[in-house]
Amino acid sequence: MNIVVCIKQILDPEVPARDFRIDSERREAARGSANLVTNIFCENALETALQFRERAGGRITVLSFGSESAEDSLRKALAMKADAAALVINDGHPHPDPFAVARALAAAIRKIGDFDLILVGRESGDWGAGQTGALLAEELGVPCVNFVDHIDSDSDGLRLKRQTDAGWEIFAAKPPVVVTITNDEHNVPRVPKTRDVMMSYRQTLTKWTLDDLDTDAASIRAANSYYEIVDLLIPVKETQCEFIEGDSLESRVENLARRIQEVTDAL
Amino acid sequence: MSDILAILFASAGFDGATQGILGEGRRLADTLSCKLHALIIGPQNEPMNSSVAAIADRVIAVDQSEISEYDTEPYLCVLVAVCKQLSPRVALLANDTYSQELAPRLAHRLGGSAVGDVTELKSHLDALRVTRSVYGGKAAAIIELKRYPAVVWLRARAFAPAEMRTERVAQIEKFTLDLSGDFRACIIERKREASGATRLEDAQVIVSGGRGLGGPEPFEELRQLADAIGAQMGASRAACDAGWVPPSWQVGQTGKKVAPGLYIAVAISGASQHLAGISDAKVVAAINIDPDAPIFKRCRFGIVEDYRKVVPLLRETLSGTKK
Repeated sequence: MNIVVCIKQILDPEVPARDFRIDSERREAARGSANLVTNIFCENALETALQFRERAGGRITVLSFGSESAEDSLRKALAMKADAAALVINDGHPHPDPFAVARALAAAIRKIGDFDLILVGRESGDWGAGQTGALLAEELGVPCVNFVDHIDSDSDGLRLKRQTDAGWEIFAAKPPVVVTITNDEHNVPRVPKTRDVMMSYRQTLTKWTLDDLDTDAASIRAANSYYEIVDLLIPVKETQCEFIEGDSLESRVENLARRIQEVTDAL
Repeated sequence: MSDILAILFASAGFDGATQGILGEGRRLADTLSCKLHALIIGPQNEPMNSSVAAIADRVIAVDQSEISEYDTEPYLCVLVAVCKQLSPRVALLANDTYSQELAPRLAHRLGGSAVGDVTELKSHLDALRVTRSVYGGKAAAIIELKRYPAVVWLRARAFAPAEMRTERVAQIEKFTLDLSGDFRACIIERKREASGATRLEDAQVIVSGGRGLGGPEPFEELRQLADAIGAQMGASRAACDAGWVPPSWQVGQTGKKVAPGLYIAVAISGASQHLAGISDAKVVAAINIDPDAPIFKRCRFGIVEDYRKVVPLLRETLSGTKK
């Protein structure tokens, strides 16, 4: 089974709000001193793929569309024991819309060759549009199942368990299929061994530019045919907390209860 | 050509999200002087139909055996077929699991664009502009859609409901579609957890527990508190990842984005990824032993104390059972 896991490198989403700044000219977050990390759902996707490979076999290629620095995310994926890695270098718009991303990934996947299973994260921790998987599936003309947390296979094809608002569902799917991965207790990403991290820098990593792919490179570089960020601002949030006081624990809890009651009565 | 279409699931009933879609759809249609169509998919129920017919100008129902329960591929076919007939300029959906997975694919098939988790819509010259939170709630982006139809899924509870008309109630038109296709992925098993009737995204009040609870047992205590005030249960990522409660309870950037009138965070420190899920909560209250916990920076009020002392007493006080 040929498995492709698409991963995205993002600005560390754990940066606290007080350190968060906007680069208003580029209409994106200012880099500041924040690290670049692999989006968590992408790591959940890779972990899900690695566990599936342990049960069912197969070959995992990790793929990213991003800047040169995304090589670090791909090297980490190799250290986690993905079989191959490819980077499509984005020399166009710094934050392409989801349609541009899906077209770039689809073209790269077609170049990689036969595929049975494509995994992407449910959404990214930066823009969080949550559309890459769905648009990629449409570009490739295959079904898409969202919010999957476990993949199995049997003689009929794939079994995909996904989370819903109220519980879970199991899909039977014939490959090829795109799935978007969400997190659960079983797909917490493994930590690569130090030796494997070092080894990963000796492994081959394929690099392509958009011109190497069979796609409309100019329109992907422009990246505003789907939608455009016209403004980015920091919302003003409530910051003044009233700490409930009282003479005793009982009176403090009573005061807390009264405040809660006031709010619920007004709903 | 320039109309608005509200896409509704019969299974959701006339819930808060449905009312929000119709409310915003009505407002947008009135602003743009166009019509509001509503599509109701799945086994129809009368109270919902009458309520929708009292808000939309036209109501289309699709109810046939292939779609008696949700399945992605046939539902997508229904949406594509109906949109091709009506050619709406804007299609509005909720932000439930199903709407989120359908919306971008629908947009792609119609040559339009999709955008999700939207909290505000505006028409700007000839274009539609929406507001959504990005960077885990640390910023808000205003996004202009470039291809139409615009397929927009709305954050639950961010939009006011519409008034119902008593006159000119719309007729319900039944569409029957050819849904015979070779669908390569289909649902073969479904499980609903007994986590209450209301979706977390629709809840008015949420009591949520975090890592500080230390295990699954204290959630039972929180459940009793939640029951006493008619709240739904939520949890932080740490509590879900540890397997203490089901993943469907998770609130945060990597879980559900909720917008209750009151959110009570118990033993949740308030990492930015958790705050991302509650950025639209009206009032946040916290019970936490650490006065420096970041959650207090997002709170209207809170108490610095061990939850084990506060929660039982609070439940007794609020349920009126305290001696």
